[in-house]
Amino acid sequence: MGLLGEEEILEVRERLKEMPNPVKLIHFTQELNLEYGRETRLLLEELAALSDKLSLEVYNFLLDVEKVAEYGIDKIPATVVRNDKDYGIRFFGLPAGYEFSTLLDAILAVSKGDSGLAPETREKLRNIAEPLHLEVFVTPT
Amino acid sequence: MRLAHRFAMENDLIRADCIESTEFPELAGKYRVYAVPKTVINEAAAFEGALPEGYFLDGILSALGPGSGAEAVS
Repeated sequence: MGLLGEEEILEVRERLKEMPNPVKLIHFTQELNLEYGRETRLLLEELAALSDKLSLEVYNFLLDVEKVAEYGIDKIPATVVRNDKDYGIRFFGLPAGYEFSTLLDAILAVSKGDSGLAPETREKLRNIAEPLHLEVFVTPT
Repeated sequence: MRLAHRFAMENDLIRADCIESTEFPELAGKYRVYAVPKTVINEAAAFEGALPEGYFLDGILSALGPGSGAEAVS
């Protein structure tokens, strides 16, 4: 029994057909003492199975210290969405409900290598010359 | 949230975290997250609500202040 329902699987598979290029999900977790750790990993495994352009790498937060440092992971469960390039896209926690569609949106944008933003937004963002860390807090409704 | 991730794609200096607040109550408490979505900028400034692209960008730029091409907050 999976986390995604039959209908949802069909919908997601259909959406992922839009992926022009491969995308990697890099997941950080641990086996014990992590409330939604198991669910998050299962959800990502089910998702990654729905497209041959989508792959999943799982690392242990406590043991894989080099990867943890490389991706700047300070809490888990954590998931990075990247292609050949790490754009700085991170999810912390179980991406369920509305956030599941946010995850699909990030996967499709990264696959296309295109943010889809307005030209003037892109220009202003490219002019930012200092590190910018955005933390967007959400709830699973 | 989608916008923050898309913003990150445009500049290597930008990192965008989507944080499930109920799973990280200490962090949500630190930033006084009572309503979502709440966007925290460089661990300092913050604003609430899902804003359209232009307003979301303005909110971020005004938090960054002068020297970043943004206008200073008076």
